This record gives sequence, structure tokens and C-alpha cells, in this order.
Amino acid sequence: MRAEALLDTRSSLDIQAVSKSYRVDGKPREILRDIRFTVEPGELVSVIGASGCGKSTLLRLIIGLDTDYEGDILLDGRSIDGPTADRGIVFQEPRLFPWLSVEQNIALGLDSSGASPAEVKRIVTEHIEIVRLNGFARAYPHQLSGGMAQRAAIARALVSRPKILLLDEPLGALDSQTRAYMQDELLEIWRREKITIVMVTHDIEEAVYLSDKIVVMEPEPGRVCGIVSIDAPHPRRRGTSKFSALKDRVLSVLVRTQSAASAGLVRSHPAAQGGIARRYG
Amino acid sequence: MPENKYDVFLRGLAFPAVLVLAWILVGQFGLIDPRLLVPVQRVIAVPFFDPDGRTIWLSLVTSLVRMVAGFLIGGGLGILIGFVIGTSSLANRLIGPSFTAVRQITVFAWIPLLTAWFGNSDGAKLVFIALSAFFPAALNTQQGLRDVPIALIETSHVMRLSWRTHLFRLLLPSALPSIAIGIEIALISAWIGTVGAEYAMGFGRGIGIFLAEGREQFRMDIVLIGVVTLALVGYGMNIVLRCGLRRLVPWQRQNS
Repeated sequence: MRAEALLDTRSSLDIQAVSKSYRVDGKPREILRDIRFTVEPGELVSVIGASGCGKSTLLRLIIGLDTDYEGDILLDGRSIDGPTADRGIVFQEPRLFPWLSVEQNIALGLDSSGASPAEVKRIVTEHIEIVRLNGFARAYPHQLSGGMAQRAAIARALVSRPKILLLDEPLGALDSQTRAYMQDELLEIWRREKITIVMVTHDIEEAVYLSDKIVVMEPEPGRVCGIVSIDAPHPRRRGTSKFSALKDRVLSVLVRTQSAASAGLVRSHPAAQGGIARRYG
Repeated sequence: MPENKYDVFLRGLAFPAVLVLAWILVGQFGLIDPRLLVPVQRVIAVPFFDPDGRTIWLSLVTSLVRMVAGFLIGGGLGILIGFVIGTSSLANRLIGPSFTAVRQITVFAWIPLLTAWFGNSDGAKLVFIALSAFFPAALNTQQGLRDVPIALIETSHVMRLSWRTHLFRLLLPSALPSIAIGIEIALISAWIGTVGAEYAMGFGRGIGIFLAEGREQFRMDIVLIGVVTLALVGYGMNIVLRCGLRRLVPWQRQNS
């Protein structure tokens, strides 16, 4: 079963006409409207947009925490139904269990795998190395920095060898230095694990730095307003004119929608008018 | 400067020491009728030299045994029921409202009913003590389980943890601080319930009965030593609980 998983680690994801509403005060409120995009096997795709555009909701639908929506979400052509081991998620906060050590927390990711204790031990140790937490296996979450805790959360999501990894602003709470470092770590993991990644972010630079494809969303209700392909080899250099040009392209899609409707976007990207959205230095 | 534990203890002792000193002085100068406020030395002598006073030892042991039995029954059932209504929304809808309603009844209001059903026997006292311990244990257990962070519950779902792992690695550790508080309050309630039941129902042996008899015979020395004993037992329970519970939830210390 494990060998089979190794052969087939890359998954495709198909979001087909997904819509979602909540009822607020008895009135339906549209959160997502007709979302469509495809993630090819092994791609790293970012979903970007102002807060309130439903991008986190979309991830909750893909992971299977919320099954009340219209449309289809297909993983390798099959409709998803609740959480399964082939999808892993890292939330904005690490969400580690405070009473468990780093290695115990990471081992939780293997709870449903049926792996023997010796196997669990081996896989956990291996992943502690991948996320470079060597020496912290026995540490408790409160003894870790934010970046280290988030790396433990990434390891926990990776141990079950998901075919697709969902990241919900996983670096949003980190300082700029740790953030840049973690972006490179993420690329390294992506390369090594040959995994499909869907990442939600509100940082244009981060999206351009990491992604093969950027899905730009606009709020109220959440819609896809453009998809930008980033055709540049890794590692990408942040200072180059090509990088700025790519950022401007994403920005132009965002600004186009912003002039159409939402003032909220201006507030969340204060530097947008200047042509550069650098929220994290 | 970090405070020395010993200093804290000594400072805590200052106020009682002043009270005892005042008591001694009042006795020395005969300011209050010694039949109402018996001099300290006579009160201290009562459990050792007075034939009636010497029964305090057996009374105390009887009460402690009674309390522990009632606490184990009531506290255990409380944690169980609290667990059921804290984890199952069906159970919460079914028994939650009745539970909340019954909880509003002051425990002492149960005494007439319990004596009518069980007489003045040990059984009635035991049921009463168990009842006193039951509600705090159940309530805090339920509360603790209800307060398990939703983010961690989601994480558990996403990882598809087995129910055993979900229970032992998430629900119980998360609810443990609250359950520990429930146990603490249950034990204290059980002690209050023990003395209250003995005092109100009488019959047999126990520190509450010891007090009641002292009052009836107007033996203030016996009443006073009884009250001091109650305070000491309460204080001792507090220390035991604090040490025991701290060991139970070690990760809390660093968080706070």
C-alpha cells in the first residue's frame, strides 16, 4: 500500500462550479460563486485575494471539513467525501496539541495509517529531519517559536504522505525573516516530496515566489477573477525586473476587480496603488 | 525578587497567630465568660484528657471514611454523566435540561427527602454526600469537554484520528484542568456535605454529630475543638489536592 502511494504521490484537483452560501439571520449569504479551476499533478497553486473572498472556506471544502456546497470537487477524477489520508492541511495557526511533544504531535498524522510503532517512529524521525526540527522531538509546543511550531504542523501533515497538501496562509503569522526562510523550506519539501500543493495566501510576493499558477479571487461573493501562470524556474530572485513584472501582472488582475467593486481590497493592500504590494518587507 | 515559599507560609500564619494571641489574652483577663469562650489551653486538652472529648478521634475517622466513600460514588458518577452530556449532543438534549433544573436545588433541601426515604441511617448520609459531590464533578467535566478548542477538534477530524486517540489525546487532556477543578470542588463539597449530613441527621458517629452533641450539652470546649478540626481537615485537603492536581496537569504550569 505504501509502495503504491510512493508511485502515485501526485494528484490532480478539479474544482467544478463550486458555490457555497450560509444562512445569516434567515437570509442566504453567498460566500463562493461558481469557482472553477484545475490543479495539475505536482503543481503548486496559490489562491490569492482580499480577506472575505472565501479562500479559506474553499480550502475547508477541499479538505472535507464542510460538505455542504454545490458543484463538484474532484480529486483524481473522484468526488471527495469528508477528510481522507490523501489530503493534508496546514492551518494558519500550528494547531499542535499542547500536551503532546513534537514527536507525539507529528505521530498523530499516522494514527489512521495502521503503521506499526517502529514504523511510526522511523517516519516521524525522518520528517523531523525534513522540517529541520532535529533535537526538538521531545519539546512541547510552548517551548517552540512560531516558525518551529508551524514546521512541526507541516511535518504532521506530511507524514501520511498525502497526494495533495493544502496550506491555509501557513506563514501568515510569522515575521518576515522566518517567512522568507520558510518559503524556501516549503519549496524544498515540495521538490523532494513531489507533491501537489494548494496554498491560500494574501501576499502577492509570496504567491509569485512560490507558485506555478495563481488563482486570483475577489470578495462578496467569492469569485475567481483571473488565473495567472507563472512560468519562471526556481529559485526565483525577488529583486529582478522579471519578478516585478510578474507581480504587476497579478496586481493588475486584483486592481481591475478592485476598481469594479470593492474598497476592502485597497485597505488590505495599502501599497497596491504604488504598484508594489509588499506587506512583509 | 521571587518570593520564598517559606516566607509566604509564615506570612499566612501571622493572622491566625494574632487571633490565638487575642484568645489567650481574653481568657487571661476574663473579658468574656469562659463558658462561652473557653481558654485555649482547655480546648487543646479536650481531645486528650476529656472522656467526652476523646471520642473526637473516632468521630473524625468515621467522617473521613464517610466523606471518601460519598466522594468516590458521587464524584465518579458526576464525571461519568458530565462526560456523556459533554460529548454527546443527543444526551445533552435529553438529560441536560433536567440536570440544570435539579442542580438549582440547594443540596441541603434534599435532607428531608433523603431521611424520609432512607431514615437517619448511614445510607441517607452517604447518598447526601454523593449528591453534594456529584454536581460540581459533573458540571466541570461537561464544561471542560464543551471547551475543547474547535480548531483542535477540526484538526482531529482532518487527521481522521480513531475515537480512542481522539479521546485520550484530545478530549481528556484538554478537559483535564476543568475536570481537576471539578474534583477539587467535589471533594470540598463532600466534606461540607459530610459534616452537614451528620449535624442535621444525627445518629451514629461523626465529627458533625460530635459538634451537635457539644452544642446540646453546652460544651463550648468540644464545639470549639470540633470547629478547629474542621478547619484543619479543610486546609489539609487543600494541600493534598493542590499537589495531586498539579501533577495531573503539568503542562498548565508553563502556560500560565
